[in-house]
Amino acid sequence: MATELTVRMVGITKKFPGVLANDHIDLDLHPSEVHGLLGENGAGKTTLMNILFGLYRPDDGQIIVDGQEAFLRSPADAIARGIGMVHQHFRLVRPFTVTENIILGLKEGGALLDLRTAGARVAAVSEKYGLKVDPYARVQELSVGEQQRVEILNSLVRGAKVLILDEPTAVLTPQEADELAGALREMAKQGKTIVFISHKLDEVFKVTDRLTVVRSGKVVFESLTSETDKKQVAREMIGSDIARLKIGETSTIMAVAGAASLSEAREKPAAAADQPARAVDVLRVHDLHVRDDRGLPAVRGLGFSVHTGEIVGIAGVDGNGQREMVEAITGLRLIESGQVQIKDEDATRWTSTDYIEHNVAYITDDRQNEGLILGFNLARNAILKRFAHPPFSRHGLLDMPAIDRFAETLIGTFNIKAFGVHASVGTLSGGNQQKLILARELSTKPPLIIANKPTHGLDIGAAASIYQILADERGRGAAILLISADLDELLALSNRILVMYEGRIMGELPKGQADPEQIGMLMAGTPL
Amino acid sequence: MALETTHDNKTNLKRAWDQLFPALISIVIAVIIGGLLLVANGRDPLAAYLSLWQGAFGSFGRFTETLVKTTPFLILAISVSLSFRCQLWNIGAEGQLMVGAILSTWVALTFVSLPVYLLLPLTFVGGFLGGAIWSGIAGALKAYLNANEVITTSMLNYIAFYLTAYLVNGPMKDPQGFNFPQSPLIESALQLPILVHGTRLNAGFLVALLLVPAAIIFWRSSAGFRTEVVGASRRVAKYAGLNVVSTIVFVSILTGGLAGIAGWGEIFGIQDRLIQNIATGWGSLAIVIALLGELHPLGMVVAAFLFASMVVGGDAMQRNAGVPFALVDVIQGIVILLILARSYFFARRAA
Repeated sequence: MATELTVRMVGITKKFPGVLANDHIDLDLHPSEVHGLLGENGAGKTTLMNILFGLYRPDDGQIIVDGQEAFLRSPADAIARGIGMVHQHFRLVRPFTVTENIILGLKEGGALLDLRTAGARVAAVSEKYGLKVDPYARVQELSVGEQQRVEILNSLVRGAKVLILDEPTAVLTPQEADELAGALREMAKQGKTIVFISHKLDEVFKVTDRLTVVRSGKVVFESLTSETDKKQVAREMIGSDIARLKIGETSTIMAVAGAASLSEAREKPAAAADQPARAVDVLRVHDLHVRDDRGLPAVRGLGFSVHTGEIVGIAGVDGNGQREMVEAITGLRLIESGQVQIKDEDATRWTSTDYIEHNVAYITDDRQNEGLILGFNLARNAILKRFAHPPFSRHGLLDMPAIDRFAETLIGTFNIKAFGVHASVGTLSGGNQQKLILARELSTKPPLIIANKPTHGLDIGAAASIYQILADERGRGAAILLISADLDELLALSNRILVMYEGRIMGELPKGQADPEQIGMLMAGTPL
Repeated sequence: MALETTHDNKTNLKRAWDQLFPALISIVIAVIIGGLLLVANGRDPLAAYLSLWQGAFGSFGRFTETLVKTTPFLILAISVSLSFRCQLWNIGAEGQLMVGAILSTWVALTFVSLPVYLLLPLTFVGGFLGGAIWSGIAGALKAYLNANEVITTSMLNYIAFYLTAYLVNGPMKDPQGFNFPQSPLIESALQLPILVHGTRLNAGFLVALLLVPAAIIFWRSSAGFRTEVVGASRRVAKYAGLNVVSTIVFVSILTGGLAGIAGWGEIFGIQDRLIQNIATGWGSLAIVIALLGELHPLGMVVAAFLFASMVVGGDAMQRNAGVPFALVDVIQGIVILLILARSYFFARRAA
């Protein structure tokens, strides 16, 4: 062996009740490399990395760090051995400054804090790797991209040689993602090892030196990035069945996931355009102003409309008022000024109950904390919005058999994989949880569907079936508002794309004219 | 169809056992630790427990005394389980019981001229209302101002205690009571019928037992479902179009009302008058019972009976074997520690 490996994971096996998450996985990490770790959701890549970071203990297998066997019982052990991890959800204290966050838990210095020296140290590390951030800024004032840099700095200051990034670009603008890629390359050049977990092939091929594909808990493919191509990797990720579909060059998700459904989806808007007379506005938003949780303006003069049989895509980086807008037009957040109209009714003062009574479907982007109760079973989640009405409730008492039958219908129609209607929803995969939400929301044939990041965190197979469902709903004549950070998804499904930036519509692109670069510019606040 | 039913029964039985087993283990461990403490103090644990057992079950009379104590324990446990399943940490059952007792006694002493068949139900309503108002105060503070219910309900306990003390020493004091801090006796016609002649076992016990199926039905009603959704997640509840504020107020009123009924049962079934220390320590006992019973109505029947036997037997043990009643407190404390340890352990494993 020419260069000594930084980390070797040998025969790692981890069982969870009912699932073999890691099945004798071998993984070698070299110094000075960016190592892509790919796989569908539930393939076992996050479990593997949680083992390397000491969050889980493997049932079997060895971890060798710098030639010595390491027993990682906690993240503290991992950090001590030079392994750092940046999670999808940041673990920062928002009212604290960058420096305060970084020195939190560092076991050095005396009883008194020396913030000035610490700040200088943070600045030096941030300089060294091109991770620009003000050491004295408060975290709550930072953008998502900057917060991510703070997390990375946090690991580096603790002496990380190996840095695990779990889907780091999911929350970033295209420009921010490019900056991150630059910083990662710089870190690798200076000898660090980066593990880059991702769904997005484009960026994996842009950033990584080497890649490993995990499927169903096993390593199915490994290669130098330069010696393989996207088609091959995509095929390995999803296995043999879907791989036979034709694969386009430009867009990963489009290409792999739903070649069939998406090409079909692309045809349908044309058909709708043939009969423009039929289209009626279902949702109209006029000069909408909404404040965020901190009382600051989040939506500032937003206006648009959605008519029957179309999907209007809202593009934008997270935190540009999408969440507040969605909550305002589903009755969950107070509207400061402006108007919302659903069909012919003024909905400006509607509560969430009113929206449900008017049959507006809302697919939340937070399925685990808002859309579902993970501790409840499927049947109980299926009736969450309508349990008080017949046939689920008669004379105030729940009709359990009717509820079970309804849930069984949903499972059948939407092909939800679960151990029956009494299985706890927490045991379902993310894709099946999302299908359950869709099944519940669409079971009433809603005229208006508000879908906030409906495929967020899903693997491409699950995403494809969600696309198919939304396209079918449009075919039925539903008006759909689709909010997403995933350009491929928006380009594939939307009839029109509106780009949201700082609470306003930055620009509107009819489908034919939208290309990712233009949208990326608008998302970053640059007018065309 | 027949097959399905068998299958369901099996899973129900297994589920019941899964819930019962940890509770049993908790009790056994607590009893063993209590015994070790006795050994450490140079006492004979077997003799102490035997005397406790005889105190609770040694004769038919003792057994009925255990059932008499089961009555308020069960009602209070059902009361707190209701708010716990809505994630409202109501620890004010004791205060709610006292206000229920005050109001029902006041109704009985004020409207003496009414016929019994009107007055007795009215005292029941008074008991419910008293508890409901007391708990409703905390509920409204929680719902509208997000005031922590642990703090408000425990403060209301003190207010209720001193209110009772004030009333039985002042406005409601029995003028012919030889200066004892107690109210006049209620009309004997208002006393709840005795179930077994020569014992104190009264119709209040039946009320407690009736509340068990009522609670089971409640959890199968849409109101119960709403309560559980709000308890599981305020956010999901709002998303599902539920009115979180009104649900919290509703649950508070119901939970307090039930505690008030326990107070009514104590006055009209046992004491026949308002006294100062009507329910000392019962609020925390009710919490232990509810948690030990996994907040399930049937589980709480078993747990309430168990703790009633320990309290009744503990009194006898203190008298006959000279072992302090504090042993029962120790067992109670260990049980709650074990329950907490278990839920903490499982929460960590799940995370």
